[in-house]
Amino acid sequence: MSGSEVVIVGGGVTGLSAGWWLARSGVKVTVLDKFIVGWEASGRNGGGASHYSSPLFDEEQRLWPQMDELLGYPTEHQKGRILIAMTERQWEQYRFIAERHTRLNHPVELLDVKQVQEAVPLAGDNSFGGVHYKFGGHANPQRSVQAYAWALQDLGGKIVQHSPVTGFETAGGKVTAVKTANATYGCDAVVVAAGPQIPQLMAQLGVDVPLAAARAEMIITEPAPMMPLGGVDGHKIYGRQTLRGNLAYGGGPHEWLDVDATGPAARPSTPLARNLAKRLAELLPKAAHLNVIRSWAGIIENSPDGRPIIDRLTSPDNVVVASMSSVGFGLSPASGHAIRDLVIDGKCSFADIDILKLSRFDNLESDWREKRGWMPIS
Amino acid sequence: MELNFTGTDICAINGTRSAPETHYDIVVVGAGPSGIAAAIDAATAGAKVLLVDENPVSGALMGNDIPLYFGGRMTAATQNTERMLEAIFMSMPALETAMDAGVELLLGTTAWGVYRNGPGVASLPQQVVGLADSERSWLVGFDKIVLATGARDLAMSFPGWNQPGVMGAAALQMLLTRYEAFAGQRILVLGSHDLALETALLAQARGIDVVALIEVRDAPQGNAELVAKVAAAGIAIHCGQTITSATGGINGIESATLSTGDVIACDTICVAIGLIPSIELVDAMHGPRALNATRGGYIPAGEPSVTAVGDCAGLADSGFDHIAYRMDWMRALSDISADDTIICQCEEVTRADLIGVQPPNYLSRPAPMCARSLGTLLEDGPANPDQIKRLTRAGMGVCQGRRCRDQVAMLLAIEADKPFGSIPLASHRAPVRPLPLKILAEWDEPAEMEAAWDVWFGIPTQWVPVEDLNTPYQDEHRQMLYTGMYT
Ligand SMILES: Cc1cc2nc3c(=O)[nH]c(=O)nc-3n(C[C@H](O)[C@H](O)[C@H](O)COP(=O)(O)OP(=O)(O)OC[C@H]3O[C@@H](n4cnc5c(N)ncnc54)[C@H](O)[C@@H]3O)c2cc1C
Repeated sequence: MSGSEVVIVGGGVTGLSAGWWLARSGVKVTVLDKFIVGWEASGRNGGGASHYSSPLFDEEQRLWPQMDELLGYPTEHQKGRILIAMTERQWEQYRFIAERHTRLNHPVELLDVKQVQEAVPLAGDNSFGGVHYKFGGHANPQRSVQAYAWALQDLGGKIVQHSPVTGFETAGGKVTAVKTANATYGCDAVVVAAGPQIPQLMAQLGVDVPLAAARAEMIITEPAPMMPLGGVDGHKIYGRQTLRGNLAYGGGPHEWLDVDATGPAARPSTPLARNLAKRLAELLPKAAHLNVIRSWAGIIENSPDGRPIIDRLTSPDNVVVASMSSVGFGLSPASGHAIRDLVIDGKCSFADIDILKLSRFDNLESDWREKRGWMPIS
Repeated sequence: MELNFTGTDICAINGTRSAPETHYDIVVVGAGPSGIAAAIDAATAGAKVLLVDENPVSGALMGNDIPLYFGGRMTAATQNTERMLEAIFMSMPALETAMDAGVELLLGTTAWGVYRNGPGVASLPQQVVGLADSERSWLVGFDKIVLATGARDLAMSFPGWNQPGVMGAAALQMLLTRYEAFAGQRILVLGSHDLALETALLAQARGIDVVALIEVRDAPQGNAELVAKVAAAGIAIHCGQTITSATGGINGIESATLSTGDVIACDTICVAIGLIPSIELVDAMHGPRALNATRGGYIPAGEPSVTAVGDCAGLADSGFDHIAYRMDWMRALSDISADDTIICQCEEVTRADLIGVQPPNYLSRPAPMCARSLGTLLEDGPANPDQIKRLTRAGMGVCQGRRCRDQVAMLLAIEADKPFGSIPLASHRAPVRPLPLKILAEWDEPAEMEAAWDVWFGIPTQWVPVEDLNTPYQDEHRQMLYTGMYT
């Protein structure tokens, strides 16, 4: 497919990684985004990269440690995570998770309270213990997004920002062009990686993609002294210590939303910041005095089973759709690779990703959102 | 396992939030003259009114230039909260009047966020303002909120500005008048518009040695009467000049060098170039606002339930174009600044790194990174301060961008060769004041919140390892880690 034109709708991590992978294979790519790269979920997430439930997990793990070098730009990737239990029930659950990992040959170690404090000096002596994942990790979402974008440009790819895609031109069972308000981009293939806007875009091609959007929130503190292990989860929150030292944390209840085809009108954070602050102060008692300096929210989409949809359609047959179903940052090095394979070879070369096919929802009830209680508050 | 849905997502936010502790007809944020007046008016008309003011703020926060640009020039008196409270009451007798009129007054109480339902959120029981004192935070409901948050100092960088003794005019005025806690003796004032002239006169009246005013334009900018008063007071205004650097020692500023080469001994450099209406709360709640050059910057556009009064609503309009004036200063200071002049003090971002869009020093800069710059970024689209902030960290620090957000926007305008107004306002986010985790925390949250709390969406099928699908482990996984949603 070398020399052909691929247009990617959406400049989040998924679209950008796909574009970078395609550009590495000599394909001419153009990424269109309605605003600035990574402005949506891709620049607002927790940066976690330990998705052991995904068929893309091995590739995620293989690639992250190399990403700075492959991209040529810093992503702040750090290896390893720790899960700290603050209640007896959590300790039981986390040990269950540890057992699963051991069985699946993912290296983990159980830590006692003292070992937890050695790895995470901001932890108190009141935890029940921890699970040290010697895999997985975290990176800086905003830096990673820009790194993909720049790396893609360095390979000759184009990024067109401030250009919402409004529709497609089709002929002979293929999409032949992608339209924005000001231009039409002819193409040999299309990747639709537009996050929560995927259903509206795909509906224009007569394809139903069941996704529901929701808002999730995070808080960040002023910098704390660097800890030996920065990827600290547990007590039902997730997050990381940034390489600057800030503690960035999220978790807790989400709010289901309807989003317009043009994207979310706003991404408001709410007083949920207080409930996050409570849990972070409990998880890391020695950080309780640290100032919270910002909070924010991001909008993400979920599929009915919570797993990504990465699939090449049969009609039109030159379209790959990619929704990461709210777990897409960490998987991005691998999702981009899979999308590249689907575009060029029609098949993922490194993993069996049939479980991510859109057809698994062929018989989905039309009231699937209502059934799950995934409806916006009216 | 057969999945049966219950029609309810027990991990959704619906119905889990606490109701506000109290409700007022009117909450007034900021107990300056206009805030007090608004509170008295409302209370006299029979409304239930709460008036809050963050002052006195803690010494630690003042050290971080919150809420004003104190430049470390406070005396130890500011460490004494009792004395500070007393000073506030002494300096503002109208506070007593307000209390007599039935206004409920809370000092040392920060309004750190305003929340309401609207685009992207429908789950709030009612519109609320988040408050915090030195002990705890809480939410208060309101029908109307009046923002009387005043204006904050515009900070400007030049070589050596990042040391104690460089401070803002509003901060200096507050230390001189309200708290009598200014630690300097000999000040140089930058600017010659009304703010600078008034500050110079005030300082001199309080026994401070005002060495001179420095004006980047060719003539004094303030009203003629004030200019005459300054002349009569024997204070020189050096026009057509700028500061080129400041030197100092362990106690901060010791001298300033001017573009003429003159070196002026002083312990304080007061940046009196402009004030910025304090619209953090409006912006953080996505309230409408507009740029108004003669009123000092972005000002709230006003809505039925949110009004702004006093300087927060915009500086008094005398026809003076504050933006053009600041841009003249910015251009002059930008010209004399060096590559290593710090722009963002919290994150130690230099001018060269800001314009180069380079990452902080603790990250490596491989060749492709070094080849990137604002110039290459602008090829992708117009300059956006939030994007620059993400990449350089300028404005990401504990002062929440108070010291550098305005300068960064001006510098971007200059470097992109675009009008200031074309550069978007970098977003403000709650909490609009730094708040310790233990203070922000809702320690007594509703049981519904804990019941709904999951680390992510609580979708059992999302996290089952693929290897475990269609094995007994699948059910075990769900049973161990999830409840609800399915029966
Ligand atoms: C608070 C929060 C925390 C999270 N934590 C983690 C975590 O720790 N680990 C993890 O792996 N994941 C996490 N996620 C999820 C992760 O952020 C997303 O799954 C991921 O960023 C999705 O990337 P994307 O590129 O597929 O979509 P998006 O980031 O949503 O990007 C889609 C892009 O498409 C553009 N677009 C939309 N419509 C159009 C159109 N019509 N024309 C042109 N462009 C369009 C948008 O502007 C956007 O830039 C988190 C998400 C949130 C909100």
